Amino acid sequence: MTHIGVTVDGTHRHADVEPRLLLVHWLREDLGLVGTPIGCDTSNCGACTVLVDGRSVKSCSVLAVQVDGKEVTTIQGLTVEDGEWHPVQKAFKECHGLQCGYCTPGMVLASVDLLSENPDPTEEEIRQGLEGNLCRCTGYHNIVKAVATAAAEMRGGTS
Amino acid sequence: MIPSSFDYVKASTVDEAVAALTAAGEDAKVLGGGQSLLPVLRLRLNSPSVLVDVSEVDEMRQVTDEGSALLVGAAVTTYEVMHHDLVTAHVPLLAQTAALVADPAIRHRGTFGGSCTHADPSGDMPTVARVLDAEFVVAGPGGRRTVPAADFFVDFFTTAVGPDEVLVAVRLPKMGGWGSHYEKFHRTAQAWAIVGVAAAVRVEGGTIAEARVALTNMGATPIRAASVEAALTGGPATAEAIAAAAESAADGTSPTSDTHADAEFRRHLARVLTKRAVTKAAGL
Amino acid sequence: MTETVMRTDGAAIGRADRRKEDARLLTGRTNWTDNIQLPGTLHMATLRSSMAHAKILRIDTSAALALEGVLHVYTGRDFPELAGSTCVWPVTDDIRMSHYPAICTDEVKYAGDVVAVVIANDRSVAADALDLIDVDYEHLPAVVDMEEALKPGAPLVHADMGTNECYVARMPCGDYEAVKARADVVVKRRFINQRLIPNPMEPRSVVAAPMGMSDEITLWSATQIPHVLRVLLALLTGIPENNIRVVAPDVGGGFGAKLQIYREEVLALVLAKRLGKPVKWTETRSEHMVATHHGRDQIQDIELAVTKDGTILGMKVDLLADMGAYLQIITPGTPLLGMFMYSGIYKMEALDFTCTGVYTTKTPTDAYRGAGRPEATYAIERIVDEAAAELGMEPMEFRRKNWITHEEFPYTQIAGLTYDTGNYEAATARAIELFGYDELRAEQKARRESGDPVQLGIGISTFTEMCGLAPSRTLGALKYVAGGWEHCTIRALPTGKIELVTGTSPHGQGHETAWSQIASDIIGVPVEDIEVVHGDTGRAPYGMDTYGSRSLAVGGQAIKLAGERLVEKARLIAAHQLEANPDDIEFTAGTYSVKGDPEKSTTIQAVAFEAFTAHNLPDGMEPTLSGESTVDPLDFSYPHGTHLAAMEVDTETGKVTLRKYVAVDDCGVQINPMIVEGQVHGGLAQGIAQAMYEGALYDNDGNLLTGSMGDYLLPSAADLPSFVTDRTVTPSTTHPLGTKGIGEAGAIASTPAIINGVVDALRPLGVTDVFMPASPQNVWRAIQNAQAGGAR
Repeated sequence: MTHIGVTVDGTHRHADVEPRLLLVHWLREDLGLVGTPIGCDTSNCGACTVLVDGRSVKSCSVLAVQVDGKEVTTIQGLTVEDGEWHPVQKAFKECHGLQCGYCTPGMVLASVDLLSENPDPTEEEIRQGLEGNLCRCTGYHNIVKAVATAAAEMRGGTS
Repeated sequence: MIPSSFDYVKASTVDEAVAALTAAGEDAKVLGGGQSLLPVLRLRLNSPSVLVDVSEVDEMRQVTDEGSALLVGAAVTTYEVMHHDLVTAHVPLLAQTAALVADPAIRHRGTFGGSCTHADPSGDMPTVARVLDAEFVVAGPGGRRTVPAADFFVDFFTTAVGPDEVLVAVRLPKMGGWGSHYEKFHRTAQAWAIVGVAAAVRVEGGTIAEARVALTNMGATPIRAASVEAALTGGPATAEAIAAAAESAADGTSPTSDTHADAEFRRHLARVLTKRAVTKAAGL
Repeated sequence: MTETVMRTDGAAIGRADRRKEDARLLTGRTNWTDNIQLPGTLHMATLRSSMAHAKILRIDTSAALALEGVLHVYTGRDFPELAGSTCVWPVTDDIRMSHYPAICTDEVKYAGDVVAVVIANDRSVAADALDLIDVDYEHLPAVVDMEEALKPGAPLVHADMGTNECYVARMPCGDYEAVKARADVVVKRRFINQRLIPNPMEPRSVVAAPMGMSDEITLWSATQIPHVLRVLLALLTGIPENNIRVVAPDVGGGFGAKLQIYREEVLALVLAKRLGKPVKWTETRSEHMVATHHGRDQIQDIELAVTKDGTILGMKVDLLADMGAYLQIITPGTPLLGMFMYSGIYKMEALDFTCTGVYTTKTPTDAYRGAGRPEATYAIERIVDEAAAELGMEPMEFRRKNWITHEEFPYTQIAGLTYDTGNYEAATARAIELFGYDELRAEQKARRESGDPVQLGIGISTFTEMCGLAPSRTLGALKYVAGGWEHCTIRALPTGKIELVTGTSPHGQGHETAWSQIASDIIGVPVEDIEVVHGDTGRAPYGMDTYGSRSLAVGGQAIKLAGERLVEKARLIAAHQLEANPDDIEFTAGTYSVKGDPEKSTTIQAVAFEAFTAHNLPDGMEPTLSGESTVDPLDFSYPHGTHLAAMEVDTETGKVTLRKYVAVDDCGVQINPMIVEGQVHGGLAQGIAQAMYEGALYDNDGNLLTGSMGDYLLPSAADLPSFVTDRTVTPSTTHPLGTKGIGEAGAIASTPAIINGVVDALRPLGVTDVFMPASPQNVWRAIQNAQAGGAR
């Protein structure tokens, strides 16, 4: 067992974990943060994407021991305490950027990461920025639209 | 989905990492970002007894300007390679290629050194190292040694790094005066390269003074297209001359056949992509 | 009294309401099956055969059993009779049916077949135990190629059958040989509709738990068919149906893959009952690739008999359909769902259809988005392009000359279906306008003339489909062992809130929103006051579930009728309360008022409360207020549309790029156009992916070569463009709401549009077909072969 201390969705957590424990399994099974789903075992699908120190990572391809001392944000930590949604979440609903919703947590967090780096992306940049997140329902059309809508909203809000 | 059990050692220095590997014996693996290793462990294609985590070894996280070369730490992430000022200024080919590796989330975790030591024949970073004649700084129980790129990549998923050794950094020559381009050919954006071509040329007064071409996935290791380089060198920097030189790109290669392409098609692609990569590198 | 809520928002049907479902899906509060963690849960893991075909000589489980945390290891000997799946559609009288064991007893028949099951108290331990089970196999020859499988002396998948032929189904319509004799040209092609792996983003998952005060066992499963599954689980396990409750919680996509009964569901149920504890299993993605049924996989030999003026006389269809190793729920029927659709939108005098089902040592096939109709549409839309090319006609002109014109509806086509409505001219005109058809043709000409290495092609697909499964009598005539009805109960609660209980089982479509919109219009209650209850045989006991674009087409009718019945009962109560004759009561937007005296009125919510207190109901009327309906549809529904694709083909590398895609669909009345458009987008992506990216590949030993997402390529956002979509509206006349289906249309229409575009780009080079997927290698090789004088 290895001891880790991690801030998850704003709460500091300590745990003794088996080294082989994947971050996503720690989140889901030990912390009960089941908002982060698992879609594959080859780090292709991106359903399990979370932010580690603000950057998107696939939590199925990171060991829990590797995030010791870091800050993890899941979809459940993106909505602030008063229930106010992140602009990306709002835009996904407004633009119908989700259907079954399984890829959605990863897609939203990958989009948050994308917009933190590029606040005014072109359609091409949005598509390239989401290349690591697979969706089987939407054909991506409305996801791309949602990210562009969120970008405009966030730019308006900060300027 | 769930790896076999292993012990975990987090190293804070290169010496600590080497000591941990030496203690563990043949069964240990170095863990960088884990983006190549973890899928392998999850599918239980490999079951090491110890993982030695080098991802936060300070020395391996640096990019250092050595004057005529950059020393890029093995634990520098692909994402950091893409954006590092020294890399974009002096080895733009590396930054351009890094942006084509996998996807953003994987680039955030995956490391330059990890890509090289994983030595997947369809990996992009090894080809860049090979085309630039990079030097690999390897630390082991007996101290440090420098391995030239030509000797570093040994076989499929096999490098010159021994089981008790750690790749510390990669030395890449600065490319002032060179044009370069990496042409990656794959079926979907996140897929591995079917074939890739790294080209670097130095054009003087309409003539190609020096040319370097290396190929991804045209054999067990990244290989230099020596006959293309010879045909280009001293010749005119024209589309016709480049096209003619590229015809020999597949000479001496031994590509595999898999679900994405067979060997014959890979040879064809090597010729077409070499033409395109060199043309772009030459600024035409 | 309840608070009276007046609707002020006008008609809900036709409005692009944002979805009710999204709040939980966007904040991580979704209830996926794998999220369920019950106290004392035992974890199940499956050991799968690494060989396609082998005898099991010996299984040594001792090392696995010795591992701490492992409670049981079961092999086929423990359940010698138990079936893991079953087929409800024996399509012919003499079909050869397979037994699909829950755990293989003495032989494995595909790579991925289950040979042992571990029960452990921890998921990691269960996985570790699999590595410790030692199986000795005796290799048997794999059966991979369908044509080889049918040859005399071929190795057999099921030795007791004496053949690999599962069935031969024939449907001769008209006299094909006679019309062929009159034809000037008979165009023949062999199309390969390759094997696909569905890959919904949520892998399958099941939890079975003895719960509650009775003998009831609750089984949660990521399934599209909780109701059908419950019946089949009872039949296979012998556990009484009334002791089984099946719940499909939030389900992350299905596309047909979850229209199934799987051995993991059977085993989890049986083991939970035997062990008295919750048993859980969740598929990994690599497991999904072999353990969840595949789709398509047909060899299609197609003939089209035409006159030189471009009139289609008849069509001959000869299919080989790969069943895989066993028959699952509708494995043999899946190719036959396309049987009636080979003539597409065209008039013809004869259609001669034959399908031979073939057993191979591969994962079983079954329904995948469109199920038989994409294959049929691919064949007809590809062959009309080929016929037009052979006749030297413009492909759209050839279609126009042969399609059913809008004045001709209702039209009984050659296979006997009566298309109620349609307007192919209108959809095509709109698509051509949005596409810029003439401009792209001009660009194509310029590129051809300049010898541009990147050629441009225009792909056309003018399609129709049959969906909304289905009139029960029709299904009976086809030997399908179930009905095609759908159920709805709408209950008014004392507080004026509404529970809409549907037998449909959504897995991403947005039924909660759309069904609320329908009910809102009918019973006059705001959509936010309507809760849609689904996917739980305990709360929604009757239903036929969700597949075949049936939920709105059939389930929508039940909602309408149930709502109307509720409104009618409430009218009697309102009349009684308002002291008026029921015939004098008007109902508008949730308010009952007396004709000519609008001051005398009450609301449906107020009536609901009165029905609950029952203090003052008409004599003899039973308390409570609800409406219930089980509707058997009159007919299938027939959505149609025109899709156009502009394809760029790099002739040097074979790389294909989709530059522009226009889809004009006609699904009749749209309940929620935003959801309709989303369904179109998703269908397009899957159909395009079949044409460009996906394909399950096996080696000669029957090993799946595309066993992970690294090898089985799904397109990402970076691999697809935005789509241009629009709809024409020709309401269905057989559906009371005027709606048709839309869930599968995109997947059905787009595959031939893409390939027609690729072939159109390369036709000057002599190319007449490209194997799917149109990968760089397949395209490059088609060019090479054409230039060498070959057919492909």
